[in-house]
Amino acid sequence: MADGNGKTSVKSAAAGLGDHIRNSEVWTSIFRPGSPMRADYSDSPRNRAYVVMNNVLYHLHPVKVKRHGIKLSYTLCLGGLSFFLFILLTVTGIFLMFYYRPTSPQAYFDLQALATDVAFGQLVRNMHRWGAHIMVLTVFLHMTRVFYHGSYKPPREFNWIVGIILLLLTLLLSFTGYLLPWDQLALWAVTVGTNMAAYTPVFGAQVSFALIGGIQITADTLLRWYVLHVLFLPFIITIFMAVHFWRVRKDGGISGPL
Amino acid sequence: MAQLPDHLLKRAAEARAKAEGRPVDEILAEMKGESSPAPATASASGAPAPDAGSNSGSLRDLDAESTQYGIPKELLERAMFARARKDGTPVPAMAGAAAPAASATAAAPAAGPALAAVVSGPPPGVRTQRLLTVVQAGAIQGTTKEPADKVNVWPHLLAIEFVALLAMSAFLFILSAFMDAPLLEFANFNEQPNPSKAPWYFLGLQELLAYFDPQVAGVIIPGFGLAALAFIPYVDRNPSVRPSSRKFAISLFTVFFMGAAVLTIFGSFFRGPGFNFVFPWSDGIFFDDLLAILE
Ligand code: HEM
Repeated sequence: MADGNGKTSVKSAAAGLGDHIRNSEVWTSIFRPGSPMRADYSDSPRNRAYVVMNNVLYHLHPVKVKRHGIKLSYTLCLGGLSFFLFILLTVTGIFLMFYYRPTSPQAYFDLQALATDVAFGQLVRNMHRWGAHIMVLTVFLHMTRVFYHGSYKPPREFNWIVGIILLLLTLLLSFTGYLLPWDQLALWAVTVGTNMAAYTPVFGAQVSFALIGGIQITADTLLRWYVLHVLFLPFIITIFMAVHFWRVRKDGGISGPL
Repeated sequence: MAQLPDHLLKRAAEARAKAEGRPVDEILAEMKGESSPAPATASASGAPAPDAGSNSGSLRDLDAESTQYGIPKELLERAMFARARKDGTPVPAMAGAAAPAASATAAAPAAGPALAAVVSGPPPGVRTQRLLTVVQAGAIQGTTKEPADKVNVWPHLLAIEFVALLAMSAFLFILSAFMDAPLLEFANFNEQPNPSKAPWYFLGLQELLAYFDPQVAGVIIPGFGLAALAFIPYVDRNPSVRPSSRKFAISLFTVFFMGAAVLTIFGSFFRGPGFNFVFPWSDGIFFDDLLAILE
């Protein structure tokens, strides 16, 4: 602790404090054995296993994966990036919810105010919108990479189905969000989109009615799609993602090399 | 019988001494076969075996056996009676016949009354186990694992994932810093913009609307497309994942995928007012999603 001249240097005092904190009961109760955050961490095979095993990450990753599976060229990280974008969208979306009212005309004016009155408001809105577009793209590309690797073959058939459901949910999330700015782009894009659904054989009128909450798009549609967008669909997609990730592991991890 | 290492013998002797309240040294000596009469295997082969049934040499001291093998006396007694009944030999109290089956493992050779305590089997102090049955190790979930070349998730995979997350965050951040999300005029039910386009991922379908009846383009084609997509794993029975052995599947998928991409690009960039065909380079781009870069 003390250096040559008998005084305690700031640096060693800080180091001592750091050690003290990292050895405290509070700290060790948070970081489980093997965590790199612990004072006694060392790079050993055992600790490398513990980092995953003693961590909430263990829900997503096993301790070891096939070597070819971590090659960037195999998955291109597309599934992982889709998931990460979903998280980013959740975070930025919650931020937007603080400033947005799903009523007419407030919705539109809230977005205008977001750009001028809220710190980083426009930036967060941009991230939310572009992130959503990119996520649709990565999910599509993820699906094609899974196809070209033949990764849907037994035992992974069902996870492909789960994937299709995820794709649909992703599209629905994006589409419901599309209406929320309540501007000309939103209104008419959604009009065109839902008009297509009205051509459903036999039940066309009913499908359309349920979708937009009436004969034509109104402020009621806005509220309906808002609830779907911020609550219902995220809830459902989270469940399906959990199943998806669980099946990836239960089906033996990433599919084998070609 | 393999020799036990000294320290293990000593531990066992201590435990026994504690349990029986006798001095350790005595038990240790007994275990090593020093003071107690060993069931000399030599005598087993040397001495002519007296007939077990007729000789009182097959006396059994159940108390001694009980302490020696750690088996409760009642059980030994029961076993003795059962065996006698089964073999049809008399059961003399404490002087019964050793079973013929046991005689094969040197039950008989005990020569004198002094050796009565030792009937058969292992040297004193060694407990025996019998192999009752072998249970096949069958797991609940059969796992047939071929050895695989594996690496630790930490640090190898997590490092890659972390970099991918950083790269994606940086990309999205920079994109958002320079490109604003579109916000047109307030929604007006009486004024439909021309053209009005669906979000880009539906523009392939909207493009189909230009060729087919809405019911075909808007519902039947996407419906069947989705169903076909979902059933791929159950239709494609080819087990191989090598591209060279699945040329047909790959070609088919590629044709549809490229078709969808072309339709989407067409709908996005080559359709103008009235959803009529335009050349984006001469007539302009009518694609509001990307308004920010187009202006
Ligand atoms: C929200 C959308 C989705 C997310 C977040 C997601 C996430 C993931 C992740 C993280 C993996 C691990 C491997 C990798 O990164 O490539 C994976 C694998 C897989 N995904 Fe997805 N996915 C989504 C949509 C889809 C879609 C649309 C399909 C197909 C229709 C699909 C089918 C599969 C299959 C079959 C695997 C196993 C691949 C293998 O073992 O190599 N997923 N997914």
